[in-house]
Amino acid sequence: MNAPEKKKLKVATTSLAGCFGCHMSFLDIDERLFDLVELVEFDRSPLTDIKHAGKCDIGLIEGGLCNAENVHVLREFRQQCDILIAVGACAINGGLPAQRNPLSLPMILEEVYHTSPGLHNGLIPNDPELPLPLDKVHPIHEVVKVDYFMPGCPPSGDTIWKVLTDLLAGKEPNLPHELLHYD
Amino acid sequence: MSKTFTLDGKEIPFEDGQTVIQAALDAGAYIPHLCHHPEFPPSGSCKLCTVKIDGRQTASCTRRAEAGMTVESDTQELNDERRSLTQMLFVEGNHFCPSCEKSGDCQLQATAYQLHMLTPHYDHFFPNRPVDASHPDYLLEFNRCILCSLCVRASRDVDGKNVFALGGRGIGTHLTVNAASHRLADTDFSADDMAAKVCPVGVILKKRVGFAVPIGQRTFDKKPAADYVDSRLPAKED
Ligand code: SF4
Ligand code: SF4
Ligand code: FES
Repeated sequence: MNAPEKKKLKVATTSLAGCFGCHMSFLDIDERLFDLVELVEFDRSPLTDIKHAGKCDIGLIEGGLCNAENVHVLREFRQQCDILIAVGACAINGGLPAQRNPLSLPMILEEVYHTSPGLHNGLIPNDPELPLPLDKVHPIHEVVKVDYFMPGCPPSGDTIWKVLTDLLAGKEPNLPHELLHYD
Repeated sequence: MSKTFTLDGKEIPFEDGQTVIQAALDAGAYIPHLCHHPEFPPSGSCKLCTVKIDGRQTASCTRRAEAGMTVESDTQELNDERRSLTQMLFVEGNHFCPSCEKSGDCQLQATAYQLHMLTPHYDHFFPNRPVDASHPDYLLEFNRCILCSLCVRASRDVDGKNVFALGGRGIGTHLTVNAASHRLADTDFSADDMAAKVCPVGVILKKRVGFAVPIGQRTFDKKPAADYVDSRLPAKED
């Protein structure tokens, strides 16, 4: 009989109003990824083909909330993940995309799809397939409870590695001063 | 023999008339602060320098040192409160450090690192105060102002120009420029002013010099805020 395999932790990741930079930073842990896949199994993630998150131990969220679909995905992650982590400046405070907040949404859409030079009589997309943008960009903690925050734009590979390895060791994640930055 | 008080159990010498924070910083002991500046009388607005003296909380930048007093500063309780104050400052403004040219040289940011702030926590205000880029050499990004009044004090008391003021009330309080047009270009503000160098955050910015210092060599890349007890960014030579 085979010895029972050590149960791997399940990790899901997603990018909401993100730039995928936090995921790239995650990949920056480089060959440590080989160690990681021994310890964790990836559920829903831009790196897998899984369409909806199953029950997971850890959910990593990059990006703030800029449209209705972001909110649905975030709620799915909160429901399925025991520990939800806001990764990067956008998930934490809306990030640079939130610089649109002082501008009115109709004005932005007008400008981008209608009046900007070269768009002769452009139309604002209105297919119901498309998620409606939110009036403002929001940090994720304004919609669901977040268990841990990993700042940085993006957090470094070392930062992500530190938090994950702390969690895998069953410890409260703890970032030392040199891994803490917002830029 | 000079007089002393104790700060977190350490003897701190002081001269008559010095405030608690002045004596502490002179002795190389860090007390978090944003609106305190060694060359100006206190303002007492940021409240980060709050300490416990003989069991009561008080701002160490407004409290004169007395012989034999017992001051607590580096305690979990006070640091938790300081972190909350710092979080409030972050959500009141638009502190998008990833695109701010003061990042790495900013006292608010460095203090937040020092206090281990992982998130601004509260809901954001997202204020909308238009940038004043009227002046040929300087711009004002009002959405990052922490109302420390250092530029007001520098312009009035050192430069003798009175270029800046804090106007409005409550959450509407904001930095304003003392000209009928409220435009910096319509004042006698100049690059030689102390007010041009004193802002601890990214509000009063010299044009065309941003992002000149490589990451890793910025002020607080090299030293955490606690080791930077001189309290102020070195006046940047142009
Ligand atoms: S002023 Fe400081 S805290 Fe604010 S955005 Fe700039 S670097 Fe960040
Ligand atoms: S502009 Fe800078 S120096 Fe002036 S009050 Fe605001 S934060 Fe302080
Ligand atoms: S430094 Fe004392 S209140 Fe700001």
